[in-house]
Amino acid sequence: MTARRFVIDVEELQHLFDLLRKQGYSLIGPSVREGAIVYDDIATVADLPVGWTDEQNGGSYRIKKTNDDRVFGYTVAPQSWKRFLFHPTTRLWRANRSAKNMQAVGEENQAEKQAFIGARSCEIHAIAIQDKVFLKGEYSDSQYKIRREGAFILAVNCSTAGNNCFCASMGTGPKATSGYDIALTEVLENGTHFFVVDVGSELGSSVIGSITDRTATETESKAADRVCEAVEMRKTLDTDGIKELLLRNYENPRWTEVAGRCLTCGNCTLACPTCFCNSVYDATDLTGKYAERWRKWDSCFTTEFSYIHGGSIRTSTMSRYRQWMTHKIGTWIDQFGVSGCVGCGRCITWCPVGIDLTEEARAIRESEKIITQSGGVQVENA
Amino acid sequence: MKTLDVILADHPFFKGLNAQQLKFLAGCSSNVRFEPEAFLYREEDEANNFFVLREGKVAVESYSPKRGAIIIQTLSKGDVLGWSWLFPPYHAHFSARAMELTRAISLDGKCLRKKCEEDHDLGYELMKRFSAVMIQRLQATRLQLLDLYDQSA
Amino acid sequence: MKPQRILPRLYRVQQSRLETYDTWTLESEPVDGDGVFSFAPGQFNMVYGFGVGEVPISISGDPAKPERLIHTVRSVGAVTKALCSLKKGEEFYVRGPYGTHWPVENAVGHDVVIVTGGVGLPPLRPAVYHILSNREKYKRIVLLYGARTPQDMVFTSELKRWRARFDVDVETTVDAAKPGWHGNVGVVTTLIPRANFDAQNTKVFICGPEIMTRFTILELQKRGVTTENIFVSMERNMKCGIGHCGHCQLGSVFVCKDGPVFRYDKVQPFMSKREI
Repeated sequence: MTARRFVIDVEELQHLFDLLRKQGYSLIGPSVREGAIVYDDIATVADLPVGWTDEQNGGSYRIKKTNDDRVFGYTVAPQSWKRFLFHPTTRLWRANRSAKNMQAVGEENQAEKQAFIGARSCEIHAIAIQDKVFLKGEYSDSQYKIRREGAFILAVNCSTAGNNCFCASMGTGPKATSGYDIALTEVLENGTHFFVVDVGSELGSSVIGSITDRTATETESKAADRVCEAVEMRKTLDTDGIKELLLRNYENPRWTEVAGRCLTCGNCTLACPTCFCNSVYDATDLTGKYAERWRKWDSCFTTEFSYIHGGSIRTSTMSRYRQWMTHKIGTWIDQFGVSGCVGCGRCITWCPVGIDLTEEARAIRESEKIITQSGGVQVENA
Repeated sequence: MKTLDVILADHPFFKGLNAQQLKFLAGCSSNVRFEPEAFLYREEDEANNFFVLREGKVAVESYSPKRGAIIIQTLSKGDVLGWSWLFPPYHAHFSARAMELTRAISLDGKCLRKKCEEDHDLGYELMKRFSAVMIQRLQATRLQLLDLYDQSA
Repeated sequence: MKPQRILPRLYRVQQSRLETYDTWTLESEPVDGDGVFSFAPGQFNMVYGFGVGEVPISISGDPAKPERLIHTVRSVGAVTKALCSLKKGEEFYVRGPYGTHWPVENAVGHDVVIVTGGVGLPPLRPAVYHILSNREKYKRIVLLYGARTPQDMVFTSELKRWRARFDVDVETTVDAAKPGWHGNVGVVTTLIPRANFDAQNTKVFICGPEIMTRFTILELQKRGVTTENIFVSMERNMKCGIGHCGHCQLGSVFVCKDGPVFRYDKVQPFMSKREI
């Protein structure tokens, strides 16, 4: 990499925050709240989860105090940055009705400047995927657009992989290579504590330029590289022909098996940084003369999701789990040109019964091999 | 004016039968014609004939006192009608009413039954053809049961 | 790339006509006088019932007469019930037109066979209007229409007018009828073996419930029609109509923007599977 890398210390990180706030950004970053590290409003470095890390497993999330002062020692928060660009509930328009006519009033979308502090590579890829959904189709979503344009992304490279992480398999990490304004790699070794800064945009360049002029030395730069290289993935997802694999296994008995565990609670869709399904609902006042139309997040796991007159198409748990997983890592590719999964592992952590889609994919792939080995049905290759 | 065996040979139902078989069948047949609203046969009548439709349109119907007559199927040129003559008790299950001027060949069931017992080859040929027709009708009936247009209230 | 038109257009009902016991045709005009409503045959609008919600409704009018916006609505739920109860002078909101259309241009020079049942005819009526207005561009035209009973048929006077033309074959059929009915009785698929069209040079447009579509296609294939020449209109739950809400997905496609009209081979892999 020939681009100039900077280096800042913890104190300068605070200056960076102050500068962003002065420029009108509200800072949103990780903070310890009620036993979790969540993305929320922050102001100072002290608000960050200094010295904390998280332990995530299937259906399990805990935070743990470490014995160092690492600022970004956790992996991924329960929810991603999705909720700040694509609000869980948002009003679309209001209408008044008199005896014979109606009048609708749209929302005035005010510019919102938000700085995401500590975005991970997987999360940045997830934002790019939602950009495809909401901005790159034939129609764009005006609310998403205005929030997206006002977002400043301060990325942080992971120093460790969570137990449920598989970003490397999805090609979305662990190192952030684009899609950010500034990326920090935190180095904590031999009594030193600094951040090597990579610049990803003009805006990032001007912001960091106002904080420091110190270029990272070769030692410092190499130390940062070592941090990124030391990240070890504990899960993998074989994406080779995964879409075709799932499309030809619609009737695989594995789906029924996972349906025996799945509660259709929809946690996975809420935690997932790329899930975009939403619904609309109307609210009127008692007179019936005033109505509001709201949009809210929805989940393909609900029974009403696929309802058309007469009944729902996907009534069984099996069909709904199959829809979610086949869409996320399979048909999404046909729709948007990339996989819908960024390997952040949240769906595994936040599933109450710990269903792991990497395991499910593996089981389906294996089930094809078993059939061939036993000399039974010949499997057609993708 | 064509002879009956030529008329039969032209009809898709009898395609593939040899000249001798056709001549024999012609011996059991007669040319018939029904004015509009005339009945080819009525429910519960003795079923002695099957009809090969040449022209016109026939309604297959059933009557109940409360609902009146309901048409459950219409048949026209090229279709065959009536198979209650094949098996005892040889009674028609539905009525067949001509909706417009209808010309058909009527084949005598009693005569055919006797000959099929004697000539199994001919019997097999006829059975093959009837089975095909029955399967088609069964499929169509199943589809009617399925409420294809999604219109039941 | 257009910005999402969340704010719909206001329309005023000029006429409401009862088609069958549960289906109404609403003719409306824009309140804002903002010109005409251009659409292609087969497209739909998201129609809003005040305070109740929005549903996708196919446009059933003539694309060459865009001054009037026509929808044929069947009352099956809260929103459609509200729409069906609209009277002349009342207003409602519309977003659209959305979706793909019947390939009337590609069908030029071919036979066109239209197979539909029940309330599948309204989404096809714009295509019929277009084809009949440009009759000389097409070869044989066949319209096969089935319904449960004669009372369930829509556009009966138009069907009579079309049948009276010498350049269109119109065959109707019902599942059961009282004597007095002079049409066919039997499912619409039974009309296909006898229909007058050249299987090697025909385009087929099908609109109706999936069962009807599947069996119709089986009969067409028996006659040698290939799936690249068959077009179907699909239906799924829709909340946005523009590919943002995810509800209308059928396998890889979004019915709202990749459809509702599809070339059959595109959706064939998903049609035979349950609960897709």
